Amino acid sequence: MDLLLQTLLQGALLGGLYCLFALGLSLMYGVMRLTNTAQGDFILLGSFTAIALIAGLKILAPENIWLPLLLSPLLLIVAFGFGFVLQRQVLNKVLGKDPLPSLVVTFGLSIVIQNLLLEVFSADPRSIESAGLNTASLQLPGGVTLGVLPVLILFLAITTTSGLQWMFNHTALGRGFRAVSDDLEIAQLMGLNAKRLYAYATGIAFMLITMAGVLQGIRTTVSPSDGPMLLLFAFESVIIGGMGSFWGTLAGALLLGITQQIGFRFDPGWGIWFGHIVFLLLLLVRPQGLFPKTVG
Amino acid sequence: MDTLKVSRSNAASRPALIVAILLVTVAASIPIWAPEDVRSAWMREFVEIACYLVFALMWNLLAGYGGMVSIGQQAYFGFGGYVMLMLSNFLGVNPFLSVLLSALCTAAMSIPVSLVAFRLQGGYFAVGTWVIAEVFRLSFANLAFVGGGSGTSLTAFAGISKAMREQTTFWLALACMVFSIALVYIFLRSKRGLALMAIRDNEVAAESQGIAVQKTKLAVYVVASLGAGLAGGLYYLSNLRITPDAAFSVNWTAFAIFMVVIGGIGRIEGPIVGALIFWILNKFFSDYGSWYLMGLGSLAIVITIYFKQGLWGYAQQKWGWSLFPTQRRLKESIKGKS
Repeated sequence: MDLLLQTLLQGALLGGLYCLFALGLSLMYGVMRLTNTAQGDFILLGSFTAIALIAGLKILAPENIWLPLLLSPLLLIVAFGFGFVLQRQVLNKVLGKDPLPSLVVTFGLSIVIQNLLLEVFSADPRSIESAGLNTASLQLPGGVTLGVLPVLILFLAITTTSGLQWMFNHTALGRGFRAVSDDLEIAQLMGLNAKRLYAYATGIAFMLITMAGVLQGIRTTVSPSDGPMLLLFAFESVIIGGMGSFWGTLAGALLLGITQQIGFRFDPGWGIWFGHIVFLLLLLVRPQGLFPKTVG
Repeated sequence: MDTLKVSRSNAASRPALIVAILLVTVAASIPIWAPEDVRSAWMREFVEIACYLVFALMWNLLAGYGGMVSIGQQAYFGFGGYVMLMLSNFLGVNPFLSVLLSALCTAAMSIPVSLVAFRLQGGYFAVGTWVIAEVFRLSFANLAFVGGGSGTSLTAFAGISKAMREQTTFWLALACMVFSIALVYIFLRSKRGLALMAIRDNEVAAESQGIAVQKTKLAVYVVASLGAGLAGGLYYLSNLRITPDAAFSVNWTAFAIFMVVIGGIGRIEGPIVGALIFWILNKFFSDYGSWYLMGLGSLAIVITIYFKQGLWGYAQQKWGWSLFPTQRRLKESIKGKS
């Protein structure tokens, strides 16, 4: 019983991380039907940028260990700007009914980033130092032990999901996103600037991506070749949850995390395989996902 | 009175066929005329390019004509390789024959897989096929009898001389290459091919004209998988050693995308030109490792944004070149006039 509970809890905590991987993908597809195949590599770009910044700060101000934490909002602002410019200068040019151009461009970006990280940081796995946060644990009644960091990540995932959903439902920006998603032509007739909205969406997606990257770097080690794996977990979470619903994405991520954790219990070699298989089976029986909102 | 005729060829296609036959003859006789010291290296290199070309041709058929952009064709490449190896090693089938059998097995495999893959569309189809390829990779990496994660070797060639093996592999590769080009060409010129292009241009309109959209798409998917399996079987026939990470590597599809995009998507000449360019680039720059790959990625991005039609598409637009005419042109014949 304890083992089952422990597995489910660990799986849910893993799912929190997958949710953060997936929200950016879900947002970009939901607003502009763009599949960002470089999602995983951008997450890693976030992790490695943080690693480089922390190494730099250590040289400049070796005593102040809180400085990286204070500067992290700055990193998110930079990430927003990066996403905004990327959308305006590159991705807006390849949007359209034909999915091929955007797929080739994001796939090309994925190869460029992966090899750039490999060249700069080598293939060695690295991680972000967090002064013991990654090993701290909570003792719950009933002999269940949980890591402090995974709990924090799940909490962040839930707050981010509800924040995004709130923004979509209650702000002018969210209304714009929903409008261009539902009917691009009518939305433009009403005076909405779709390309600008897309840039905002990608900017927000890149803030989420960077946050996911930093947390992944703290939680475990990252290596430049991890990108595709992260993309696939993010993708599976989005599809299981159903397109266009952020709560769905969270549910999908939790389900995927739990499934993988159950697989790992049986055999470490088959955990990820089991996650993929359950995803494909769900796709067969419920192709629209658990909580679909928008139509493809 | 004017009479209208459907023209299916152009001025370039007939001489092109003659040149192609000449080229194939020259290539086929490499084992006879090539200098002894480089012969084996040339043949091995040719087999490799042939595999890349066949794979890229099939990706082009799937994405450029079928509109199904997949990032998971490596599933069938690796599957073809593994089936070829298992048939030869465990069942004692002649390895050359098992290449062909493995292509058929791959085609059969793609039918159940399509049930899952076809649940997704557009960009999600692309990533979904990638998940499927990962399932293939992880499955073979966990099968102990084919060596698990560290892979296995083709041992069925014990007792056959190296020269004999290399020559036969080479001729088989050449035959597969010609067969694949002919298969795609004939398919596209057929009624089915016309239906396919109609679907690519507008699925709803095509369906309203009575085209069986799902059936045609499935046919293309199966043919493309057959070709990918053929390329995989052939590649590992020449390579002799297979590992799951290499056989199911997404790089196969990445290179195919690169070749097709550079050469020009949606035309048979595209992957052929692309494969030639890829081969040349590989020869000169592959030593630069990750910088080389960064260059390939950037080139693909720049071409997709600023030069959509690719090299052959440019030539076709500018000079009307078409070596493999698949379109039907309505022409007035002047006979009836005067």
